[in-house]
Amino acid sequence: MPPDEPMSEEQTGGWDQNDHLQVLTFDMQGETFAIEAGLVREILDHIPETPVPGAPNMVGGVVNFRGRVIPLADLHMAFGFAPAKESLDSRVVVIEFALDGESTLVGLKADKVNEVTILEKASTESAPRVGMRWRQDFIRCLAKRDGDFIVVPDLERVFEVGSKGDKAAGLNAFTQH
Amino acid sequence: MNNTDPLAVFRVEAQELLEQIEQGLLDLERNPQDSELVAQVFRALHTLKGSGAMFGFEALSAFTHHCETAFDKVRKGEAVATPTLIGAVLSALDHMRTLAESPDAATDGGEALLADLHKAMEGEAEAEVAVVSPAQKTWRIRFSLPADCLVNGTRPLSLLDELRGLGEADVAAVVDNVPELGALTPAECHLAWDVKLTTTQPRSAIEDVFIFVIDDMRLEIAEEPAVLSDENDKQKTAKTPAEKTVADNVTALDSARKPAAEEHVPDSATTQHHTAGETVRVPAERLDELLDQVGELMIAQSRLKQVSATNADVNLRSVAEEIERLASELRDSMMFVRMVPISQLFGRFRRLIHDLARDLGKNIEFVTEGETTELDKTVIERLADPLIHLIRNAADHGLEMPAERKAAGKPETGRVLLSARQAGAEVVISVIDDGHGLNRDKIRAKAEENGLIQPGAVLSDNEINQLIFQPGFSTAANVTSLSGRGVGMDVVKRTIDGLRGAIDVSSKPGQGSQVDLRIPLTLAIIDGLLVRVGEGRYVIPLATVEECVELTTEQDQRSTGRNFLTLRDALVPFLRLRDMFATGTDPDRYQKIVVVSTGSERVGLVVDQILGHHQTVIKPLSRFHAGVETFSGATILGDGSVALILDVLHLVAVGQQQEERLRAAG
Repeated sequence: MPPDEPMSEEQTGGWDQNDHLQVLTFDMQGETFAIEAGLVREILDHIPETPVPGAPNMVGGVVNFRGRVIPLADLHMAFGFAPAKESLDSRVVVIEFALDGESTLVGLKADKVNEVTILEKASTESAPRVGMRWRQDFIRCLAKRDGDFIVVPDLERVFEVGSKGDKAAGLNAFTQH
Repeated sequence: MNNTDPLAVFRVEAQELLEQIEQGLLDLERNPQDSELVAQVFRALHTLKGSGAMFGFEALSAFTHHCETAFDKVRKGEAVATPTLIGAVLSALDHMRTLAESPDAATDGGEALLADLHKAMEGEAEAEVAVVSPAQKTWRIRFSLPADCLVNGTRPLSLLDELRGLGEADVAAVVDNVPELGALTPAECHLAWDVKLTTTQPRSAIEDVFIFVIDDMRLEIAEEPAVLSDENDKQKTAKTPAEKTVADNVTALDSARKPAAEEHVPDSATTQHHTAGETVRVPAERLDELLDQVGELMIAQSRLKQVSATNADVNLRSVAEEIERLASELRDSMMFVRMVPISQLFGRFRRLIHDLARDLGKNIEFVTEGETTELDKTVIERLADPLIHLIRNAADHGLEMPAERKAAGKPETGRVLLSARQAGAEVVISVIDDGHGLNRDKIRAKAEENGLIQPGAVLSDNEINQLIFQPGFSTAANVTSLSGRGVGMDVVKRTIDGLRGAIDVSSKPGQGSQVDLRIPLTLAIIDGLLVRVGEGRYVIPLATVEECVELTTEQDQRSTGRNFLTLRDALVPFLRLRDMFATGTDPDRYQKIVVVSTGSERVGLVVDQILGHHQTVIKPLSRFHAGVETFSGATILGDGSVALILDVLHLVAVGQQQEERLRAAG
């Protein structure tokens, strides 16, 4: 896909009039990801996770977030990484997110949380169709930065597929290693 | 209440009034001479008319007026509440419901209903009223309008004209309050009027004249006692002394903020209103919020308990105990607040039966028992639909036609019994009919035809009975307007599952069937048994737990091929939760079996450790986990960690599937 092809309508969500997007960046398996800062509610240190037997791999557990029981999603699974491991740097990013039109709190496991920064639309590209391990529809865009790139995942799509745990759809990314 | 939509408030009130009227009418059908009932229906109709007009539901108000007129006659003994009249008003009620929901609805149906009503009344008039001429009464009416009424477009002259239209009126203006000429503002109204009105019309007709201004005005209506010679009037006076002795002081100026309907009703109604007890209407969401907070408090309290247990400070301990007691009392009162008697729900079905009996041509006696049984409000609301289906089924499929019943040596009138009773942490609601019972052969044949069961499969009676809850299952040869589409029972099943309840069906050929719905008392807080499986902690609802036994090493090893244990001569199958949840840990040395009941069978659940009793505030799982049926929710433990609550019914079903897969695999 030519890099300068304009992004389709639904992918433009969140950019302000200056084509800027404020994001929180975090690392998973050495890759940097970014989610819209406006979605983030809180960043938590270690919290005890309760696994839910029989749940889809990507949302295999729940945690207590201020008296509410919220699902804990591991995006590592969606991108074919090994399940997240706890370390000194690992955090849980709690985001508020509309799932099927219903506002839901979800915790995301991150190996390391970096910073809140601004992405410029001009420096982003759509995901290429080849040469990538990841499902193309899981990626909203790639943002170039310092010679590397930041992945902006399409959370809606990831959750839509991931919460169903539908392995028949060829989701080898979701099966546990 | 101030910021709520007044229309919504009116609709709620209208619904209640309509329900009241309906109940009254149905009671009246059995007991047509009961003057108290007649008065009750009349009052409700009257209030509905009044407040309908206040809130701009003029079509409703006008329509209700006709029914009110009819009942006014009944009330005065000029007519009798015949089944025809009651039927006509019942049909009219449905129209009123439509009008209350959408005031602009077409009134085509209304005309026909009114015609029916008039016919019913005329039939009365010929039979009863012809001899009794309507009583002439003289009323003294004094009214004054607010000073700014002319600015608002009120025309005192037209009010007086309307009064004159009712009968012979003698009008005198009261000029006491007219100020000196210098202080007089010509655009203001300072006059009051005294009217002596002789009319055959009831008091309500006079009040209706002022219906649009009554909120802001001062109105006194008194009956002239001297004219009270008529026999009818004496009777009436005896019945409602309050109405006669007290001049109805409608001082709406002082209480402008109260709903208009309240001061519009006669005194007798107001008195009753007060004796019925002070009630506060609170939106259900606020109660839910409060319950959530009580839940949080319970969690915080159990943390406090843990802290104090490891602390030697006596003061801390005594405070912790105090808090524990208060919190649990608070929780109990909270649950109590949410409880409403089930009579609210049962009442609705009398009308259903009335209509069913008419449509089906059957004689049906409807009996209710245990109406005072209380259930969580949200539960009651969700029970309405399944019960409608069950009652329809009982009346349509269960009960036979009168001729058939006679042939079978049963009374012609069929009986449908709806009962509720509390049993432990559950409420059992039963729908019982004395019809011909379930036809198990027919059900079986149909199920085999649909491929639900293997031909020739060995099934217990109970298992066959449960087949009727399969979606789309119906043995009815004809789909009637009432039932036969096979949707109803599926709705029942899903709703009851959703409420974490269970359904038992029993049936005796020729004698009738009984459907028991077993519903947990509340949805929000349950008593649970906290257990450990591997490293995870889980809560088993205590209501389902029958007993706990130890799984001996001997049983454990022997049962590799067969997962049964013998419990007082009964075989109880068991599921190993450690395997089901794939914990990957070694079993504890002394595993325990928690024997749970799923309604029809007993199943053992093998756990590693029983941790004890736990008050569980149920937190729903998110949509991400909606597909995980083995858990009905989660709860937060004293240490802040999350424990999952087992859904025993689904857990057993999943366990069976897993075992079947294992068997198929090897």
